[in-house]
Amino acid sequence: MAALRVWQRNATVYKRTWKLNILPNFFEPFLYLLGMGLGLGAYITEMEGLPYINFIAPGLLISSIMWGATLETTYNVFVKMNFDRIYDGILSTPVNPKDLALGELLWGATRGTIYGGAFLSILFIFGMGLHWGILLIFPLIFIIGFMFATIGLLFTSMIKEIELFNYFFTLFLTPLFLFSGIFFPMNQLPQAVQIIAWFTPLYHGVELSRGIFNQVWSLELLEHLAWIIAVTLLNTIVVLRAIHKRLYN
Amino acid sequence: MEKPAAIITAKNLTKEYGTLKAVNDVNFDIQPGTCFGFLGPNGAGKTTVMRMIYCVTPLTSGLLTVNSENVMENMSAVKRGIGVVTQDDSLDYDLNVINNLLVYARYYDLTREQAVRRANELIEFFQLEEKRDKNVRTLSGGMKRRLQIARALINKPSILILDEPSTGLDPQARHHVWAKCHELIEQGVTLLLTTHYMDEAEQLCDRIAVMDQGKIIKEASPWDLIKSEVSPYVVEIRGEEQARQKILTAVSDQIDFHEELSDRLLLYTPDATPLHAHIQDMNIPVKTLLSRRSSLEDVFLKLTGRELID
Repeated sequence: MAALRVWQRNATVYKRTWKLNILPNFFEPFLYLLGMGLGLGAYITEMEGLPYINFIAPGLLISSIMWGATLETTYNVFVKMNFDRIYDGILSTPVNPKDLALGELLWGATRGTIYGGAFLSILFIFGMGLHWGILLIFPLIFIIGFMFATIGLLFTSMIKEIELFNYFFTLFLTPLFLFSGIFFPMNQLPQAVQIIAWFTPLYHGVELSRGIFNQVWSLELLEHLAWIIAVTLLNTIVVLRAIHKRLYN
Repeated sequence: MEKPAAIITAKNLTKEYGTLKAVNDVNFDIQPGTCFGFLGPNGAGKTTVMRMIYCVTPLTSGLLTVNSENVMENMSAVKRGIGVVTQDDSLDYDLNVINNLLVYARYYDLTREQAVRRANELIEFFQLEEKRDKNVRTLSGGMKRRLQIARALINKPSILILDEPSTGLDPQARHHVWAKCHELIEQGVTLLLTTHYMDEAEQLCDRIAVMDQGKIIKEASPWDLIKSEVSPYVVEIRGEEQARQKILTAVSDQIDFHEELSDRLLLYTPDATPLHAHIQDMNIPVKTLLSRRSSLEDVFLKLTGRELID
């Protein structure tokens, strides 16, 4: 319950500026689809039997959730924790550090969902994913958002300097973005790379999303989902402890 | 001494950061409806004691109970009964004045209706009506402090913690804050404050604990502290070293003790008038000669050992 209060606080702040905030979320997919789908798609007409734009769209959707959720639980949380002293105010109320962390995770997942939702609406406009199976994408968007919120917050709980986020984004998220099967199928890559990819979070989301969009139902999708849920749960436990340790000392 | 009525009780309270003992085996009882002050130089451990009381810092050892709850066991329940005004302002700069109060009320699970009623009362009590819908950034230092106190009172706490409530405020704002504190004490709120301003402690506190290097070195009422640690009056002499020495030698049998600061000689005495007259009659040239009542500042300097005392 206390976690919900923290979520509500963020929602109250967001409500003031959401109109300004949300607009880029619609332009981004639009630009990606135009530039990569139509531009690059003029040369690469087909990938794994799909028009190129249809091949990349489901993965790009998942990556937009990743960016949205992690931005929230990295920079925004760091500023609230270390510069604005907002957490000092919150923690002297019945809200405890673990409630605070859970609230931020829920909010990060919400921001990821807003990013993903905006992206999805553009895909619908482009005529993609217009079938009943697409309903499964909605819970997936939230779960992926939550997973990346835990990953961002875990990094935030470990660092003392805001500059270190550059490493997180450049050396972790950007490689994920490029090598998780969004732009080309992973089975073209050497076995070693594929094994590494299996241990990274974005890859499983991309595979699930593509399966749902193109209605390729297989047991592998369940394996990806199991991976995501297991990592999210484990990470949640670890990150709640880490934030507790950081803020209660 | 066991006082079952105490609202806050600390027994052998200790906080260690590595090898540093920030708070070292401290004991105190705070009676409900009083104002209890922690006085001490920076780094004495005052803020750490406060933080342990409102459950944002765990104890290393000892026992601390607030409203009969153990702070290590039931954090949320303890915090529900306490309002906190931190030393650095922890207002929510992403929200305006009224939303700072309303959002804060949610952390205590107040209903929307309760929150609005309470927020309006507090805005009036702290005279912030004009700033109601303004961003917190537009507030002056005094207003920010008032808003912080208002926010701390949103859940009608029985205990209000003020960590250096008037640091950085101009004289008018300080007096305004003090006046509000007096009103709160009259309403039955227990006030807990840290300060290094003696006038603040004298103005507000029923009891004072003087802290130094993690320990409470003295605890009493302000007046008892002055009575027991220094004499009621001080004669202060500013002037040449030689002149000061001459006066000291001549009056040494009329004073309780003296203190030599770098530029002043302080003579502590039960009665300033005859001593003052005597020194004037000596006709020794000095820059200033003045008599005053001794204050907590004198106690503080003596107890925390900034200057040497014979």
